[in-house]
Amino acid sequence: MSQNKRDWDVQPPFLYPDYKSTVLRAPSRPLVPIKHTLSELTGPVYGHDLIRPFDNDLTMNARVNGAPLGERIIVAGKVTDERGRPISNTLVELWQANASGRYVHKVDQHDAPLDPNFFGGGRCLTDSEGNYKFYTIKPGAYPWGNHPKAWRPNHIHFSLFGNQITSRLVTQMYFPGDPLLDYDPVFQGVPEKYRHLLISNFDLGVTEQDFAIGFRFDMVLRGDNETPFENR
Amino acid sequence: MSQDKFYQTPSQTVGPYFAYGLTPKQYLYNFPSIADGNLIINDEVSGERITISGQVYDGNGHLIPDAMIELWQADAEGNYSKDLSMFHGFGRLGTGTIKDSKFEFQTIKPGRVDGQAPHINVIVFMRGQLTHTYTRLYFSDETEANSQDPVLQSVEEDRRNTLLATKTIRPDGTTCYVFNIYMQGPNETVFFDV
Ligand SMILES: [Fe+3]
Repeated sequence: MSQNKRDWDVQPPFLYPDYKSTVLRAPSRPLVPIKHTLSELTGPVYGHDLIRPFDNDLTMNARVNGAPLGERIIVAGKVTDERGRPISNTLVELWQANASGRYVHKVDQHDAPLDPNFFGGGRCLTDSEGNYKFYTIKPGAYPWGNHPKAWRPNHIHFSLFGNQITSRLVTQMYFPGDPLLDYDPVFQGVPEKYRHLLISNFDLGVTEQDFAIGFRFDMVLRGDNETPFENR
Repeated sequence: MSQDKFYQTPSQTVGPYFAYGLTPKQYLYNFPSIADGNLIINDEVSGERITISGQVYDGNGHLIPDAMIELWQADAEGNYSKDLSMFHGFGRLGTGTIKDSKFEFQTIKPGRVDGQAPHINVIVFMRGQLTHTYTRLYFSDETEANSQDPVLQSVEEDRRNTLLATKTIRPDGTTCYVFNIYMQGPNETVFFDV
């Protein structure tokens, strides 16, 4: 068995000068090809014992004296491989800013209010059909130093494992219709044709009546080779 | 809705604010971590105790204080274990909590896997990387095994040293392998198209 490589038509490059910090942090030499061994085709496995009640509910998991401020939303979707087969029982980690665009992170100096009832971190496992679901607050936009008047579009950070370390993914989910997307070099670093893959869709099915609007965000991890016999 | 080809979800940077989400315990946030710098779950696990210590440098030779390093390794017998009660083959640390932007993992020296020299898979994430990078850590005192390792030998000879962690004995008598990661420059680490 071998795994599909990263699809460089879809994936952003290491060096993308509009995103200024890539300039000194992108490898300058070509990547060295590697034939997959057990070392690449295995990865950490996490079970349900890891997940606590409300780990997937960011509106509940840090309450001190009430509900967090902001627009309550649901983010749900399916994790599959490149053939559309569900990836079940895989860990999904998520972190995000609060409704005001402020992270709990100690280094975040953006002058917007912290919310004592919102932490911004969560995790869950996908179910047997590869589905995940989080309850959270819609994150606010926040400024950063990349260029004058640079603001990150509203986004949620995701981290996933899949079944091998080769399928490891760290990404960001965006919201439909956000005007900041056109000016954001992190988002724009993805080849134009595939940027839509990072934008969630409003979804009536995910929406819960009188409670929260739902966004759907499906994620596709690298899978095993579609044509395993081709090169033999 | 049917679809033949599902495109890989594009990667995005881990950003500067991953600490409370991905490495909360290390950065003293009130949220449990799924992994940290200690891969030894039960002291009874067999294998040579080692520390893996290193720093990450940018193209100007400056230390990077907001990188995240993940390790994935076999146990002393060369097995990628799914039994997490003794040894967790996976570790994760940010470079923001130890002086001089160091990472320090406590682990055991891995055994040989499929005839390869002992090695640890290393995944590097940081602000300024839209996509994470993969490298491998080999051990400087495994000269014989290293000389027969197909992956290491596939690397140009003058770059192999970037994959070797240097063995040192600390004043307290413990063994530490130093593995620095250079994103660019004359010692640029070999990154693999994994
Ligand atoms: Fe962010």
